[in-house]
Amino acid sequence: MKIIVLVKHVPDAQFDRHLTGAGNTTDRSESILSELDEYALEAALQLIEARGGEAAGNKVIALSMGPAGAVNAVKKSLQIGATEGVHLSDEALAGSDAAATSLALAAAIRHLGADAPADLILTGMASTDGETSLVPAQLAERLGLPQVTFAASLELDGGQLTARRDGDTHSDTVEAPLPAVVSVTDQINDPRYPNFKGIMAAKKKTITTLSLADIGVDASQVGSAGSWTAVETAEVRPPRTAGTIITDEGDAGIQLVEFLAAQKLL
Amino acid sequence: MAKVLVFIDNPGQALKKSSLELLTIARSLGESVVAVNGELHDDVARTLGEYGARTLYLPSADDLDDYLVGPKASYLAAAVHASAATVVLAENSAEGKEIAARLGIKLGAGVITDVVAVDPDGTAHKSVLAGSYTTTAKATTPVSVLTVKPNSVTPEPAAPAAAPDSVTVGLPADATAAAARVTARNEKPASGRPELTEARIVVAGGRGVDGNFGPLEDLADALGAAIGASRAATDAGWIGHDAQIGQTGKTVSPQLYISAGISGAIQQKAGMQTAKVIVAVNKDAESPVFEIADFGVVGDLFQVLPQATAEIKKRQG
Repeated sequence: MKIIVLVKHVPDAQFDRHLTGAGNTTDRSESILSELDEYALEAALQLIEARGGEAAGNKVIALSMGPAGAVNAVKKSLQIGATEGVHLSDEALAGSDAAATSLALAAAIRHLGADAPADLILTGMASTDGETSLVPAQLAERLGLPQVTFAASLELDGGQLTARRDGDTHSDTVEAPLPAVVSVTDQINDPRYPNFKGIMAAKKKTITTLSLADIGVDASQVGSAGSWTAVETAEVRPPRTAGTIITDEGDAGIQLVEFLAAQKLL
Repeated sequence: MAKVLVFIDNPGQALKKSSLELLTIARSLGESVVAVNGELHDDVARTLGEYGARTLYLPSADDLDDYLVGPKASYLAAAVHASAATVVLAENSAEGKEIAARLGIKLGAGVITDVVAVDPDGTAHKSVLAGSYTTTAKATTPVSVLTVKPNSVTPEPAAPAAAPDSVTVGLPADATAAAARVTARNEKPASGRPELTEARIVVAGGRGVDGNFGPLEDLADALGAAIGASRAATDAGWIGHDAQIGQTGKTVSPQLYISAGISGAIQQKAGMQTAKVIVAVNKDAESPVFEIADFGVVGDLFQVLPQATAEIKKRQG
């Protein structure tokens, strides 16, 4: 079984995040492996471990698209347990929107499947930077594959996958034939941490760097040139300022309601 | 005049407020038409007319709900071709965004999510990085697909109302071929409260509720509010994961956000940043939530919330 996990190098949400430069792209200087992608990686590792692991010919490929620093997301994935890493990096990719990103990733996935197509493409439920959730669906559309998004459980049986999806009003069981694109929620598992053995083992694993030329994509198809949307203006939202703070002396609930009434919120 | 296609998935017996908002925005952009999936009740058709829809498109198949996303995107692409619409408006729900995503690829159209306002020229306004920036963005393609957050505009009926025509849209033969199929559906018990992402008021609890959401639920019911929670509270199993707000949960932008027992760490602040008014109750005066609260109470939520609930009920008579 061959599973490709998409991993993204994103600004650490523990700190304030910024837009930068003329294209209003995200500043990636303080970046980490997206927390939500760890669930996808864990799901992939559990699936191959249940099938005899790498010894039985299974593999998990961690694929990241992004500037030089994005290789750190791949390295972390290898430490956690991915079999091999692939870093899709090209200056022309900077500023790609979801449509251009999905085009490049689809080409990279086809390239990685040239010998044997991947059985499964796994992603997190959203990136923690762009937060659009568009890429998994757009990737599925470009690859002509079924998509199962927001999977809270995932089982494979032969060429068929079964997943649970929890919505607001109902919880669905869904089935799809493989190969498929699946995004998983943070409810699906408890991701493992890299341990010393994993960190040492990762040093021997291969990271392949791919350029646009390697995957047969022209620079005009990606980046701001290939994007179908453009950010025109970006303004820092004025920081919220503290309002009235009171300490409860027995009547704070009533004062709270008076505040709501004054704001016409009752 | 630009044609604007509004997608309304399963309108049910009556249109949701968020659907009325989409219709209101559509009219400000051009001539509006509607693509419906699922049963179309007469009352709903009438309301669509009252909100300015000139034509209603319906799919030739009635089993689109048996599949995830893909076939609905195929149907919408066919409806866009049939109507020659240049703007598509859809709900900003998880499914709405995915349908928009696939539709965008099918049409070669730029997709913008989390939109809160649209200018007549199609410029979309949204906020990014957890509310720390407000941006404007535009699709650079002939057709644009926008998903719009609830509570973005006040719904207003059109004058004069007209009864819309209805047109059936044929689906491509392969629409359901490579799609995930729903094999079982378990309805969840209805809470009777508004949906979290659409609610005008949200009462949210965190670690400080210590397993007891009772006082928050009472306050929410007095205010007609939805219940939300921080990740700490959902991870502790005190409330369902559906209630989670923030980076790995739902985004909300209500008129009023009441935060109880939430410290206001950066990811939690992100979840409430775009609320119009923030009220915070927390025992710890040093909690960062007080830096952004319009009204803050340093106190015990188990004292403050029941007192507030009682006072609201008293005022409501």
